Amino acid sequence: MNGNSYLTRKIHSLLGVIPLGLFLVEHAITNYSAFEDGPEGFNDSVSFLNGLPLVLFLEIFGIFLPLLFHGVYGLYVAYQSNWNNSRFKYGRNWAFTAQRITGVITFIFVIWHVFETRFQVALGNLTHEELGARMHEIFTNPVYIVLYAIGVLSAVFHFANGMWSFLVSWGITVGPRAQRVSAYIWMGVFVIVSALFLLSIVAFTGSDFAESASAVRTWIG
Amino acid sequence: MATETATKTGKMVKFIITRQDSPDAAPYTEEFEVPYRPNMNVISALMEIQRNPVKADGASTTPVCWESNCLEEVCGACSMVINGKPRQACSALVDKLEQPVRVAPMSTFPVVRDLVINRERMFNALKRVKAWIPIDGTYDLGPGPRMAETKRQWAYELSKCMTCGVCLEACPNVNDRSSFIGPAAISQVRLFNAHPTGEMNKAERLETLMDDGGIEGCGNSQNCVRSCPKGIPLTTSIAAINRDTTVQLFKNFLGV
Ligand code: HEM
Ligand code: SF4
Ligand code: FES
Repeated sequence: MNGNSYLTRKIHSLLGVIPLGLFLVEHAITNYSAFEDGPEGFNDSVSFLNGLPLVLFLEIFGIFLPLLFHGVYGLYVAYQSNWNNSRFKYGRNWAFTAQRITGVITFIFVIWHVFETRFQVALGNLTHEELGARMHEIFTNPVYIVLYAIGVLSAVFHFANGMWSFLVSWGITVGPRAQRVSAYIWMGVFVIVSALFLLSIVAFTGSDFAESASAVRTWIG
Repeated sequence: MATETATKTGKMVKFIITRQDSPDAAPYTEEFEVPYRPNMNVISALMEIQRNPVKADGASTTPVCWESNCLEEVCGACSMVINGKPRQACSALVDKLEQPVRVAPMSTFPVVRDLVINRERMFNALKRVKAWIPIDGTYDLGPGPRMAETKRQWAYELSKCMTCGVCLEACPNVNDRSSFIGPAAISQVRLFNAHPTGEMNKAERLETLMDDGGIEGCGNSQNCVRSCPKGIPLTTSIAAINRDTTVQLFKNFLGV
């Protein structure tokens, strides 16, 4: 790698938290509105986000480019490690390997998910209001429900465990005690954020999202 | 005498050793059966094979090469992979090992021959981070600042590192695709930066770790701290130096 890999690595680490980590949590909460308030709640959340000033600017510089950088450099970081879990069967070593595996799964999942949703909106095949219905369409296939669940759990694990290691990499949790407490906290975050995403998958399968689905059906054809 | 005891008990210990004839040769394994003696360790078994280089199947072979020096786990020369774990052969008691005992070189390092490895990268790392206290000058500099006794006792724990290489062998990020310096040298930076005189070169050491092949390669698998034979708190050292380099990063950025 040319240039100073320390700086590159620090930028990778920081982008994982701000904006990507923040976005992931925001996304979980937005989706959860589908579970709590049904299609109207979800559409309100979507239109609130799209009503934000400079939304396209935020999407490009706050999500797309950071994700591209973190994801591509993350693949390189994952490539640089020799997993040795069969020789060193320690919890943290499993988390180390899982961080890399879930990163790769997240990378693939995000490309697929963005292609099905935001990219179709950009092409004009879909409107923001039809997104809930689009998700319902996808989830009529149980295989996709399973794939989404895997993708979402991977992304959330990657985020929660990544927060744990972020705090170490920047020297915030230094001693073993601080790192242990941090591990419990982020395990809790993993459970909560996962629950938000999984419940929104449940909500999107509901018949109330089906009504507007017929509108999209023509496109999926 | 060894054979005497063995003929009395008749017990043999089986060793499966990974060998390699030269740095570029392909590794292969050979099996040996060594007469059991009470309290024997892996080095004494290797000595027995050296005296009588005959394989378990009766065919003779070349003696197995290894390195050792202190025989009391303070020099670090005899590190090898024993039953899957990197450790010192001189403190690996056969009575406490599962049999057959599998012995292999720590192949994270270049293998010179059989169990002999080249740990030069560790010494280069210590040179890079200047893991010493510069006091040479053209005139007598006088006494340096005193170190508090409590701090000295704490620093003593870090100073136990014998550059054995076990932590590098255990680390998934030390390999030829990564330039990570490894845990040992980072902990030494913490040691020398804690010394009242060594502290005067603190920024210089930190900046070396903030360059290619520095601290950034750590991915927090934390295998090192579980493996260090000297019980050095390596992950605490790494996190502490992460903090110091972060502070240094902001200082450099703001130009203070
Ligand atoms: C949903 C989007 C993502 C979020 C929220 C996210 C978040 C994070 C966070 C917070 C960290 C911790 C930073 C650190 O250890 O200093 C991290 C690390 C990492 N990320 Fe991501 N990430 C995402 C996507 C990806 C993708 C697509 C990849 C591609 C493989 C990836 C690969 C990595 C790797 C390898 C690390 C490990 C760093 C280490 O422990 O040394 N991430 N991520
Ligand atoms: S830190 Fe421990 S494991 Fe690493 S080289 Fe020093 S003594 Fe060996
Ligand atoms: S011979 Fe010195 S540590 Fe084993």
